[in-house]
Amino acid sequence: MNLKNTPIIHMKNALFIALSLPALWIFWQWAMLLLGQPNALGFNPVETTNRFLGDTAIRVLLITLAITPLRDLTRLAVLTRWRRMVGLFAFFYVCLHLSSYLGLDLFFSLAKLWKDIVKRTYITFGMTAFVLLIPLALTSTNKAIRRLGPKRWARLHWLIYPAALLAVLHHYFMAKGFQIMPLVHGVILVFLLTWRVVKWAKKRYLATLPSKRKENII
Amino acid sequence: MLIRRPPGFALKDNDVTPQSLYLRRREFLAAFVAAGGTLALPPAALAKSAAQNDFAALDATKTGYRVKGPLTPWEALTNYNNYYEFGTGKGDPARKAHKLITKPWSVMVEGETDKPGTYALEDLVDFNALEERIYRHRCVEAWSMVIPWVGVPLGPVLQKFSPNSRAKYVQFFTKLSRKEMPGTFWPVLKWPYREGLRMDEALNPLAFLAVGIYGRVLPNQNGAPLRLVVPWKYGYKSIKSIVRIRFSETMPETSWNMSAPREYGFYSNVNPLVDHPRWSQASERVIGSRSGFGGALQRRDTQMFNGYADQVASLYTGMDLKVNH
Repeated sequence: MNLKNTPIIHMKNALFIALSLPALWIFWQWAMLLLGQPNALGFNPVETTNRFLGDTAIRVLLITLAITPLRDLTRLAVLTRWRRMVGLFAFFYVCLHLSSYLGLDLFFSLAKLWKDIVKRTYITFGMTAFVLLIPLALTSTNKAIRRLGPKRWARLHWLIYPAALLAVLHHYFMAKGFQIMPLVHGVILVFLLTWRVVKWAKKRYLATLPSKRKENII
Repeated sequence: MLIRRPPGFALKDNDVTPQSLYLRRREFLAAFVAAGGTLALPPAALAKSAAQNDFAALDATKTGYRVKGPLTPWEALTNYNNYYEFGTGKGDPARKAHKLITKPWSVMVEGETDKPGTYALEDLVDFNALEERIYRHRCVEAWSMVIPWVGVPLGPVLQKFSPNSRAKYVQFFTKLSRKEMPGTFWPVLKWPYREGLRMDEALNPLAFLAVGIYGRVLPNQNGAPLRLVVPWKYGYKSIKSIVRIRFSETMPETSWNMSAPREYGFYSNVNPLVDHPRWSQASERVIGSRSGFGGALQRRDTQMFNGYADQVASLYTGMDLKVNH
């Protein structure tokens, strides 16, 4: 099907712009800071930046995981075509988050990074999530899907589930005290994962039934 | 086209400015340029932060307690706060603390004391004997400030209540009001917030009760109207908006220790050698002292006891500071 100039393609472009806005905003704020102009980074710009990019990364990751349930609900198959773009945006924000921590916080000291990874639980979790996402980003091209074959590709991309779980735990263990935001992200993630488990269980159950009754249930 | 005809009573521009001021215009321009640094402040911060002049002035004598280096500006001090009763964001206290009612204010004194009771703020603190002390302030989140506090030494205040021989520790409580403190709706910490000191720590001359900053009464987000300042300990020990003081024989509970005992010990002395599970404590980010990129990235090495080792190290001789962190 040729999607050129259809409303669906316009919507995808709009989504692209929407997902770019957080990055444009934070770069704009840093440009203002460098020019000595008023900006929204506050009195601890590095902390503001790390938190903002981390929150954005987790939220875009959750949006990625929301696409399949949303497709099931709306029966809009076209949503699947947006999933790759949203997923790559999630990886993009993970990379920005990691760069701001590594650059602005640790001044690119790999020794300090390694110490943090080994010592601080929340950084161990965060870095593991990042490592799990790397092969997914690398195999996001059509060519890679063809080369791997859809089955193996799907099995590899199952890694997004542990990665998302680790990302939310990273946030939970980073926050001091008993804070609400990591829990909100956690509840959304659990809902999105439960959706898949229920779907999988249903499919398995249906597979055990004789084909006549199956039609009635579906 | 709009042609503006000024009414007859309107002044001309040169009528508004007295000539004496007009002749000094170059000085003003120079001062304006010099103040350019303040333009780098976040606009939200400038709009929200009540100006320093809005707070009542306090008479305070200068003391020898002062550290080198620039003071943290008023705007940073009053807009970048940890006061979880108003929310966990750094800007939440500045936005929400206006709801806190600080007048009248009284403090309940109880436990191992010969003079238990409820005391008005004015009976606790002699507002005619205030002093100014410029202390370093080091948060456990690895950032720091330099703050000109106004207040009185803690020791003499505590001794007024004649703690008895069983009083080995002193505990402080922050006010808890669900209505005034929206952040207490969620159990981030065990409310009311509580902190404690060993008696000899509390009687150390450095321990201070603050009622003001920068020669003005404390803004609510900074712990109005009465807060503790123990500059050799991480910031959370310097409990805000105190309503209760209790003397005890056993080590009292402290909110952060109850929340995560592995991370927050009772002593919580600033110590660059003992890492916190979340943050390295070897260095600290300096908040608000310079603008631009350099200011945003400015760090300095953290000193043992936050630079107050000469005054307080003797309190801990023979103690393993890694165990008693």
